[in-house]
Amino acid sequence: MTLPLLRIGPEPLALEPLAAALAGSGGTDPGAEGAVVTFLGLVRNHNAGRSVRYLEYEAYEPLAIRAFERIVAEIGERWPGARIALHHRVGRLEIGEASVAIAARSAHRGDAYASCRYAIERVKQIAPIWKREFFDGGDVWIEGATADPADERARAEAERVACV
Amino acid sequence: MRVTVRLFARLRDIAGAGELARELAPGATIGDLWRQLAGEFPALGPYERSISSAVNADYARMDHVLRTGDEVAFLPPVSGG
Repeated sequence: MTLPLLRIGPEPLALEPLAAALAGSGGTDPGAEGAVVTFLGLVRNHNAGRSVRYLEYEAYEPLAIRAFERIVAEIGERWPGARIALHHRVGRLEIGEASVAIAARSAHRGDAYASCRYAIERVKQIAPIWKREFFDGGDVWIEGATADPADERARAEAERVACV
Repeated sequence: MRVTVRLFARLRDIAGAGELARELAPGATIGDLWRQLAGEFPALGPYERSISSAVNADYARMDHVLRTGDEVAFLPPVSGG
């Protein structure tokens, strides 16, 4: 059974199967792709001066998948030929576990690096996913960006970061 | 008309439920629904300028006119990754 390229769910994440699924998913000519870049986001044991014990993630799953599809389309516009796979985990995650996994393929390494970085920046901007941090002494919902896919300034900022 | 409201993360904690059913007048917008909820749950009020909203799992603006049976979601600032 092959993995879907876009997924949100409680399953543990792994890069190799994700990269393999992307390789096998048939770009127009997989043999023409000379680079694959992967990213794994991990639960860190510290945040904003707090000792983190674990995180709980939740998502509005159907909208999250649509947000992922939008990110894929944006990458296709900005870096033609680049392709990504993107999985995000929900539920309770312990320190060191992976919350997000991304693989990006393209003909050349520059576009693979850029599209992989762009994908994680856009996830943080527009995916309806939230983390609740349980730390020594309490817990708090982390609130980052107001999600607005039509915000061109946010998109431009993600592109800028992806291309440094 | 009747709509389903979905609330996430801290908004869900404030309302004490992740899913609510509400009656609205015909022609009501997402913004009208939000103001009704903020009246019921005053702690939602400070989120007015930072929430996003969606209808039937697609992002939508606060002036979007609702129809009966819609699923309306209110999303606090996101923190995935």
